[in-house]
Amino acid sequence: MSGTGPRENIFPTRMALTNTKLRLKGAQTGHSLLAKKRDALTTRFRAILRKVDEAKRKMGRVMQLASFSLAEVTYATGDISYLVQEQAKSATFKVKAKQDNVSGVILPAFEVDRVQGSDFNLTGLGRGGQQVLRSKEVYAKAVETLVELASLQTAFTILDEVIRATNRRVNAIEHVIIPRLDNTIKYIASELDEMDREEFFRLKKVQGKKKRDAEASEALRKAAAERYIEVEDIQIGGGGGDLIDTKDEDIIF
Amino acid sequence: MATTSFKDRNLLAVIGDEDSVTGMLLAGIGHVEHQKKNFLIVDSKTQVSTIEAAFQEFTERKDIAILLINQHVAEKIRPTVDKYQQAFPALLEIPSKDHPYDPSKDSVLKRVQKLFGD
Repeated sequence: MSGTGPRENIFPTRMALTNTKLRLKGAQTGHSLLAKKRDALTTRFRAILRKVDEAKRKMGRVMQLASFSLAEVTYATGDISYLVQEQAKSATFKVKAKQDNVSGVILPAFEVDRVQGSDFNLTGLGRGGQQVLRSKEVYAKAVETLVELASLQTAFTILDEVIRATNRRVNAIEHVIIPRLDNTIKYIASELDEMDREEFFRLKKVQGKKKRDAEASEALRKAAAERYIEVEDIQIGGGGGDLIDTKDEDIIF
Repeated sequence: MATTSFKDRNLLAVIGDEDSVTGMLLAGIGHVEHQKKNFLIVDSKTQVSTIEAAFQEFTERKDIAILLINQHVAEKIRPTVDKYQQAFPALLEIPSKDHPYDPSKDSVLKRVQKLFGD
């Protein structure tokens, strides 16, 4: 029934009805568009999810390899960690962000941006230089994997957030806005119907009264006409009376 | 949203044990500017508060795109790590030499598992 459930506070007129109907149509279009967007994002999200899972497992292996190569270095040259820490000045291994667009959502992706630097060239000069070089390469590869994983993960986080927001909107439209507009339309329609019925009843009433009045006046007219005929009959029968001679009774106010 | 300034982010930061950090530095991610390093070496004597402070600093810096943290270090500040939900810098838990990687503890993988579950 109308009037049950929340509706908009609106004056029930035909114009409001048209407006509300238009808004309902808009809400439905928006709902279907958002649902499509959600589906597209979810598809992408699923793909990324699988990739993240894979990459995380791959990272375990890669890091193991890298640790092993560092162990080789330590074996060949001794502990170089202090040296390396002190020599670190400016990054030669950087990342560059580029963006990817999935139905209006900007997903950043990191790209490795490597500059050939001269850091650590003297490390392991005495012995183990080869191991140091190899370890450098292995670690660079490992970090590349990590960067790839990081961009997947960032995309994952952002998509997760956006999907949640989209879901909220879809649900809000589906369960709050559309029912409310529906209720409003029903309310306006029922009010208009009620007004129509009232108007009809009023017209009927007016018509009935007019008819009664007409009948009454008709009856009156008929009665008057009959009396007139009677009067004429009397006049004709009784001969013309002299109006001047006949005396009216005195009227006392 | 955090996506506005990701163009300027191009550094990596690392919190981890000596070996992991050394390896990363060999790869060339080390960056020292105004006496501020983008890496922190954690050993058995490092205070949890120091790790927390470094974590806060790295996540608030505007030039860091990816923060790498050893899983066993992340374990020490797990509540802070789990609370961290921002997209930038991307937080990545990495395995270390002495601690094998456990996917079930990773804050992101936990979410992945949860999403695959339902």
